Amino acid sequence: MQALYAQLLVGLINGSFYALLSLGLAVIFGMLNIINFAHGALYMMGAFCAYFLLNLGGINYWWALVLAPIIVGIFGMILERTMLQWLAGLDHLYGLLLTFGIALIVQGVFQNYFGSSGLPYAIPDQLRGGMNLGFMFLPVYRGWVVVFSLVVCLATWFLIEKTRLGAYLRAATENPTLVRAFGINVPRMITLTYGLGVGLAALAGVLSAPINQVRPLMGADLIIVVFAVVVIGGMGSIMGSIITGFALGVIEGLTKYFYPEASNTVVFVLMVLVLLVKPTGLTGRAA
Amino acid sequence: MPETAMAEAPAKAATGGNILQVRNLEAWYGESHILHGINFDVNAGEVVTLLGRNGAGKTTTLKSIMGIIGKRAGSIKFNNQEIIRATSDKIARMGIAFCPEERGIFSSLDVRENLLLPPVVRAGGLPLEQIFDLFPNLKERLGSQGTKLSGGEQQMLAIARILRTGASFLMLDEPTEGLAPVIIQQIGHTIARLKKEGFTILLVEQNFRFASTVADRYYVVEHGKIIDGFSNAELAANMDKLHTYLGV
Repeated sequence: MQALYAQLLVGLINGSFYALLSLGLAVIFGMLNIINFAHGALYMMGAFCAYFLLNLGGINYWWALVLAPIIVGIFGMILERTMLQWLAGLDHLYGLLLTFGIALIVQGVFQNYFGSSGLPYAIPDQLRGGMNLGFMFLPVYRGWVVVFSLVVCLATWFLIEKTRLGAYLRAATENPTLVRAFGINVPRMITLTYGLGVGLAALAGVLSAPINQVRPLMGADLIIVVFAVVVIGGMGSIMGSIITGFALGVIEGLTKYFYPEASNTVVFVLMVLVLLVKPTGLTGRAA
Repeated sequence: MPETAMAEAPAKAATGGNILQVRNLEAWYGESHILHGINFDVNAGEVVTLLGRNGAGKTTTLKSIMGIIGKRAGSIKFNNQEIIRATSDKIARMGIAFCPEERGIFSSLDVRENLLLPPVVRAGGLPLEQIFDLFPNLKERLGSQGTKLSGGEQQMLAIARILRTGASFLMLDEPTEGLAPVIIQQIGHTIARLKKEGFTILLVEQNFRFASTVADRYYVVEHGKIIDGFSNAELAANMDKLHTYLGV
């Protein structure tokens, strides 16, 4: 049973990263209509940013949690202003190719300077050690990742679904021309939204650094699974991304326990099944 | 259709000072040249109606004023300020509000969110109580999804949401289209009341019988040009011409 709970915990942690990343992708797709293939590279940049802040600036993990999403988010906003904005109204394929190219360049640059092996990033002192829950041993940092991710996901959902700013975002997703004609600066809002989505990816990168080490290809390994999560949840659906992210992490963890050979493919099998039964995803709406 | 002197010299209005001045307005959708030099004025406190057949360029005129059409030329002055190159968000913040033909109710927003969506751009907008006084149905449906309302209620919501922004110049694109006579009458009363409150209204209508109940002046649009214009007092004398213009 210990092994089952351990796999469940691993699943929840993976689910946290899936949820944070797919949430960012959903926000970006919903608002910009761009399939952001650079998301994995930006997640990696978040982890590297935390690494640089610590090793070059002596800035600790807690500040990195705040600063890295802002720094990488600003980088994302520059990308949006200089490149992505010109793709508005074009076929999805253009955005996909451009962001894929950006991902390759960013990863290539980091790989050139830092190689492919992982750089260590220590768990902060306050989150070291573990707790014996009776039925399993819970490393504190891993518990923190799950709880913090859940809080960030729910806060993002609240922002988008329950606030005036979120109403602007949702309305602009449906009819940006009319929202702009109401006096709202939609292009600026799009840039900030891209920054928010990218910031979420960078935040996931910082959270991941002490668990998975900091590697140039850490995002490339994850991004394909995250896209499967987004497709299963429904492209552009905020709550769908959160629930599916955590659920698929758990399903993956359970598969590792019951049938390890299928653990790497179970998410894709589910994706195929969902696409066959409900092509718009579990919580997505037909166009 | 013979062009009158209207295209060069817009009809004079009898109400307040000039608030909107459109000169030689041209507009394109991609390669299609839609407006070919529109000229007209709107004075403060007036209700001016653009009449014309489908595809004449009435909606494009409103969209061009609102800055929604990408390629425009000519001159549009609002309160003596040139806005032909301004973006639509800036135009809205100058005090122009637009209610589109398709109403533009957002399905992902409930009625309250739809109502509160346009930001207040200046002081002088109607408070919510006054809006609910004009459209009591909306108060009862605040929690409903915007697109679940009836056509008439959606039209009321589309008008209501621009009234609280403080914009003094309203552009309403076919507000009666597809609505039952009783709702059309209610919208007519609303427009008359808004005029009394001091709003200036530029209306696009195909239903000139409805327009005649609220408008001070009319312009007839055809093939992307203003081909005629007259005041409400001159309507009866122009009825035959109007029938020919509109093909009714």
